[in-house]
Amino acid sequence: MALPQTVPYFNIPWDDLVFLALAGVMLGAALLVVLGRNIIRSGLWMILSFAALAGIYALVGATLVAAAQVLIYIGAISVLVLFAIMLTQSKAGPAKLVFHHQAWAAAIAAAMLAVILIVVVLATPWPLAADGPIFVTAQTIARLLFSDYVLAFEVVSVLLLAAVIGGVFLAKREDSPDPGDIPAIAPVAALPPSRGPVISANASTGLGAAAGPVEKP
Amino acid sequence: MSHSLDAYLVLSSLLFAIGTFGFLARRNAIAMLMSIELMLNAVNLAIVAFGAFTPQLAANGAVIALFVIATAAAEATVGLAIVIAIYRNRRTPLVDEYSSMRE
Repeated sequence: MALPQTVPYFNIPWDDLVFLALAGVMLGAALLVVLGRNIIRSGLWMILSFAALAGIYALVGATLVAAAQVLIYIGAISVLVLFAIMLTQSKAGPAKLVFHHQAWAAAIAAAMLAVILIVVVLATPWPLAADGPIFVTAQTIARLLFSDYVLAFEVVSVLLLAAVIGGVFLAKREDSPDPGDIPAIAPVAALPPSRGPVISANASTGLGAAAGPVEKP
Repeated sequence: MSHSLDAYLVLSSLLFAIGTFGFLARRNAIAMLMSIELMLNAVNLAIVAFGAFTPQLAANGAVIALFVIATAAAEATVGLAIVIAIYRNRRTPLVDEYSSMRE
C-alpha cells in the first residue's frame, strides 16, 4: 500500500508538515536559548535547536551537511560550550540580571533586522529553476571538495590546527610552572598552607581556612 | 511550502534575528558565544537553501556550508578559551564587569 501524498483531513503535504514542525522546534529552542535565565538550560536548548536544524538540512537534501551538523555542532561544539559553562559557573548561581539594561533597544534592533530581512527575501525575485530541493550526494561533494575547493580545504585544515594550538595556549594555566623551574628556595607564601612545611605561626590560619570561612573574633 | 526557497530564507532570517538579540542583550560571555553560534547556523541554513534550490550552484552550497561548520568549530574553540582565560583573571563571566580598560 502506498502512503497518501498529503496529511489526512488537513490536505497539506507531508514535507510541509515536517518542515513546519522542525522550524517551530528550532525557533522555539533558539528563543529559549536567548531568553532563558539558567545558562546550563540555555546550552541544552541549543542542542535541540541544532538537532532540528540538522533535520531541516536533511529535508532540503543536504544529507552530508546534516550529518556534519550532528557530528560537529551537537557532538563537539555543544559539549565544548557546556564544559565552558560549567567551568565559569559562580557559586552564587545564575545571575539575577541576565540581560543588559538596554535589552529593549536590542529587542527593537533585532525585530527591525528580522522585518528588513524578511521583506528583502520576499521582495527579491530569486532566479530559480528547480521546483524542489536538489538532493546532493556525498560523492558529488567529495569530488568538488578535492578539485575546485582543494585550496580552501587545505586552508581550513591549517586554520583548525592553529585554533587547536591557540585554544590550548589560551586556556593553559599559567601559575603552575613545571618542576624544573622552581627555585631552590621556594617562596612560602606562594604555597598553600596544607602542602608546604607547616610553620607554627601559619598553622592556625591554615586550619581555619581549611575548615571553611569561620569568622574569628 | 517546503518546496520554496522563501520559506527557508525567512526561517534563516528569524534565526539570525534571534541570535542578534541574544548577542546584544545577554550579559554572560558564553551566552553571547551561543548567540553567535545561532547566527552562524542561520547563515549556514541560507547557504544550504540557496545551494539546494539553484541548479547552477548544485553541490557548491553544501561544500561552502561544510567550510562554515569547520570555521565555526575553530571559532568556538578560540572564543571559549578566551572566555575561560578572562574568567581566570576576573572571576566573572559577565561582560559588563570587564571594565578595566574604561578609564
